[in-house]
Amino acid sequence: MREVYLDNYAATPMLPEAREAMLPFLGERFGNPSSLHSRGDAAREAVEEAREKVAALLGAEPEEIVFTSSGTEANNMAVKGIAAGSRRKGRHIVLSSIEHFSVLHAARSLEKQGYELTLVPVDANGAIDLGELEAAIGDYTVLVSVMAANGEIGTIQPIAEASRIAAEKDVPFHTDAVAAAGTLPLDVKELGVSALSISSDLIYGPQGVGALWVKRGLRVIPLLDGGVQEGGRRGGTENVAGIVGMGAAAEVAKRDMAERSRRLSALRDALISALPGRIEHLYLTGHPENRLAWNASFAVEFIEGEGMLLFLDQRGVAVSSGSACTSRALKGSHVLSACGIPAERAQGSILFSFGLQNTMEDVDYVLEVFPPIVERLRQMSPLYAKYLKERG
Amino acid sequence: MAQYSDVVMEHFTNPRNVGEIEDADGVGEVGNPVCGDMMTFYVKVGEDGRLEDVKFKTFGCGAAIAVSSMVSEMAKGKTVEEALKITRDDVARELGGLPKQKMHCSNLGADALHLAIEDYLKRKGKS
Repeated sequence: MREVYLDNYAATPMLPEAREAMLPFLGERFGNPSSLHSRGDAAREAVEEAREKVAALLGAEPEEIVFTSSGTEANNMAVKGIAAGSRRKGRHIVLSSIEHFSVLHAARSLEKQGYELTLVPVDANGAIDLGELEAAIGDYTVLVSVMAANGEIGTIQPIAEASRIAAEKDVPFHTDAVAAAGTLPLDVKELGVSALSISSDLIYGPQGVGALWVKRGLRVIPLLDGGVQEGGRRGGTENVAGIVGMGAAAEVAKRDMAERSRRLSALRDALISALPGRIEHLYLTGHPENRLAWNASFAVEFIEGEGMLLFLDQRGVAVSSGSACTSRALKGSHVLSACGIPAERAQGSILFSFGLQNTMEDVDYVLEVFPPIVERLRQMSPLYAKYLKERG
Repeated sequence: MAQYSDVVMEHFTNPRNVGEIEDADGVGEVGNPVCGDMMTFYVKVGEDGRLEDVKFKTFGCGAAIAVSSMVSEMAKGKTVEEALKITRDDVARELGGLPKQKMHCSNLGADALHLAIEDYLKRKGKS
């Protein structure tokens, strides 16, 4: 059976360049970057080389990069570490209402410790309201965090404008760029941000590595106390092979970004333009223009996401959904809800996330197998039956 | 999908008794689309008091569809009294188990069936 993997927001196939770069560090080139002997030097040099490559992707200085275990850790470190670093100033945090759980739940955890949290609304396309953002920032605000782009619905946020608002009020601005990295240019100076998170596995590097860029001078309290690794900002022996793999992936991402975006957006646009002609009552979620090159997300009315996902899997197509039934917490997506999508329609959420391995034939295959699946589930759906009766 | 048993996947893929009964003797509806699962059951009762036809329509996850299909099979041919004794646990057992988090929200088939039968009994009582 044909295999069409369209869940690249969950995991990407690792680049050969990343794998090749890693292999020696999983074997003969083992070593601890903190050791003073030659083997330690070799490991340290490899980590520092990777740091330069990640910094280059972000237009940043290498010493401003902290390697972490994931995008989630980078986001936790940004939210909790920056808040803790300026506790004397205040205890108020401002986020967009569609942040990833690793930002939102990190802030919720601070809320339990007495911090105040303001969630800035987004419009129906998922774009943040800049006026509301400005109004939300007060004298005691210690952090604003708005994601560069949302992976679930693809919407790209006006980060340069948003960060300027925070800068005028002298408040640090963090952006979660995990979903944006690799296809969207992320120059930290142009964006005007003070901290930025990325993850290796969304730029075709290994899983289990991420990085937080922190502007020099901004105080961030470590999450992990231990040795003086990562300039004293994160204890624990470095994941050398993973970091090396992330560095290799960052180098390729920087080199190929324009071409990558062009290719992926062609696939995305082909699906987004053809699918509504084949499936009635299908709604694009997220912004129609300002969206990630790889993201084609929809809500399919009258049916539920897991059923679509399982039937697509039986035809070799791997996708994801933001429906309540597909989430382990059995809660509908807070992102779709923040966009004002009714809970009932959000149950039919489906995300096709394209990757470098995909082709136009994959789009054609989805166009062939997906509409009959929707039809089959609608034939079982009491909501669809009701709709047909009401329509007459 | 590894979270489901083979029996669940088989019923999800080839659900039995999907549809509506135009002149049903009883109809039962449970759940709502906001929480993720909604089932409508239709029953037709023969003169011998047995369920001669059971059909359903379901909005929901794979488990919800498999549960509906299994309940319809278990109920068909049973007397009204027997069908009222089918429990959620019976259904889950026949399906080779359900994931823990799906036991409550998706395992509503028996409830919908019972409501359809109660609807039938109510209508019968009036006539």
